[in-house]
Amino acid sequence: MSEEVIKTEGLTKVFNKHLTAVDHVSFSVTHGEIFGFLGPNGAGKTTTINMLITILKPTEGKASVLGFDIAKQNNNVRNVIGVVPQEYTADEDLTGLENILLCADMYGISRKVAKERAQDLLNLVELTDFKDKKVQTFSGGMRRRLELACGLVNRPKVLFLDEPTLGLDVQTRTATWNYIRKLKKEYGMTLFMTTHYLEEADALCDRVAIIDHGKIVVIGPPEDLKHGLGGDLITLSIKEDVDVAESIQKIEHVKDVKKDNGSYRIKAEYGEITAPLIIEALRKKGHTVTKLSLTEPTLNEVYLEYTGKSMRDAEESREAFAAQRMAMRRAHQ
Amino acid sequence: MSEANGNSKSRLHGLWALTNRELKKWYKAPVIFLLSIIQPILWMGLLGKAMNVGAIFSGSSIPMPQINPPLTLPQLQQLGSYFAGLQSNIMQGAFNTTDYFSFMSVGMIAFTALFTTMFSGMSVVWDRRLGFLNKALSTPVSRAVIIFSKVLSATLRSIFQAGLIIVIAVAFGLQFGPNFNLLNILGVFAILFLICVGLSSVFIAITIRSTRIETPMAVVNLINLPLMFASNAFFPTKFMPDWLQAIAKVNPLTYTTDAVRQLLIFNTDWAQLAVDFTYVGIFAVVAATIGIVLSWRFLTK
Repeated sequence: MSEEVIKTEGLTKVFNKHLTAVDHVSFSVTHGEIFGFLGPNGAGKTTTINMLITILKPTEGKASVLGFDIAKQNNNVRNVIGVVPQEYTADEDLTGLENILLCADMYGISRKVAKERAQDLLNLVELTDFKDKKVQTFSGGMRRRLELACGLVNRPKVLFLDEPTLGLDVQTRTATWNYIRKLKKEYGMTLFMTTHYLEEADALCDRVAIIDHGKIVVIGPPEDLKHGLGGDLITLSIKEDVDVAESIQKIEHVKDVKKDNGSYRIKAEYGEITAPLIIEALRKKGHTVTKLSLTEPTLNEVYLEYTGKSMRDAEESREAFAAQRMAMRRAHQ
Repeated sequence: MSEANGNSKSRLHGLWALTNRELKKWYKAPVIFLLSIIQPILWMGLLGKAMNVGAIFSGSSIPMPQINPPLTLPQLQQLGSYFAGLQSNIMQGAFNTTDYFSFMSVGMIAFTALFTTMFSGMSVVWDRRLGFLNKALSTPVSRAVIIFSKVLSATLRSIFQAGLIIVIAVAFGLQFGPNFNLLNILGVFAILFLICVGLSSVFIAITIRSTRIETPMAVVNLINLPLMFASNAFFPTKFMPDWLQAIAKVNPLTYTTDAVRQLLIFNTDWAQLAVDFTYVGIFAVVAATIGIVLSWRFLTK
């Protein structure tokens, strides 16, 4: 049985009357899954999450969490969700334990219950030894874990994680993934997370939605999306400056050829068999293959397929993103 | 539904937790705590003792004119004692008390309230910048409670500082009025509560939409000192030019300071005290209402 925990219909947010951050987004998240919102910076992930956690009002469209309308029943929503924001929001002047208790107080949880839960949560995120230390002495990973603990203090049925591993080193990131998996297993929660790390979405999420320029471009389980690409990816370059796309296209198992920045991106089934065939065929025509790589499709290829640019390229247009974020900041004021 | 979650809440849940968070930043930080104690002492010392207004009117500060024939010693003594009496007459007429230090140190109480509430307004900007505000907004805590915790913490701090100022001022020679008793101190705390609620609501209203510290800081700096000096905190309003008197007359700090003086050092004028309380009370209610309405409307991401 799949029960809809989050449901959005045409959810839209326009800042300053012209900056569309989220553009008619519709999706649903079912009970017990980890749902990932994947996209480059500035794609509208955080804006979507902010609307779902009721701190930002949608311009248009509807959304509900566990059947509660995010606009009309926002306090009911707030009671059943947990939020782990992108920033470190814990109060630096307080200790770890004090921060968790403060969160509990904001949910109106009695002191007795709060203390029990705080103890459990500190154990879960392995911060028991540091609970009486001020947060300003914590490392990035410890802070992230503390945020996680704070977000869980009201035993939420849905947990929202906004870029849970942003700015963490590789080991800490892997550790955080383990906590997230543990949460899903132990509490049977539904998790909604945003990330711009493709491998993170791949490793954690049951389903992902790829979002670009405020629109969902594709949605589905990572496996399906990768298989949907129809095979492996061969990337090759040749010495000569001629277009050989057509002759590659004729080779057996080759499904698609795209020329991209002087190299060829070839989609083919049985890549490990097809690659030698391509080299052979090109040599017969008198071309020299200078570079060749064979990859099984990752979410980056999925992303590339649906948005026409690689996620990394999208990230590189940081200046444009920074300008957009400035505009959004100004719109808030 | 919330029972299932182990939550039992009133509309005001979280108020004390959020207030205590603000207070902890103060009493758990020794440097800040110490500075907040030293500051009023410094001001009292500088303004109260350096500006020895009473001495201006003393016999020794007025050079005796040379008169021919020279005055005899008894005549000089007579003149001296006349001027000495004049001094307390002038002081009494101008300041309602013979001691400027008493007058001024009590004015410090309103001054401290003004600065403490100003910083509570600034902390809204910090909470927004550091993400704590977003976090709080995503919880079921009432938006009005978020604002009111700031108001309450500023109020409690001010009351503590006022108590301290009174103690220090007494040590430095504050002279209580004829009908002073300990209950009057409670009256001081009451008027202080009202003015702090009003002022911090105003400052929070200024900062509520701000993501930068600079803009509200500039606004607050612009209004702060004029608000202070266009009141009777350091000098009686009756010697001010008309336009300044007009400002002082609507300035709630004037009424606060007057109430504190009526309670502590003046020969209490109960009718005036009632006016003071009414005025500051109305200011508090209006400002707090505006603050809470704004928090419902504008306290979003």
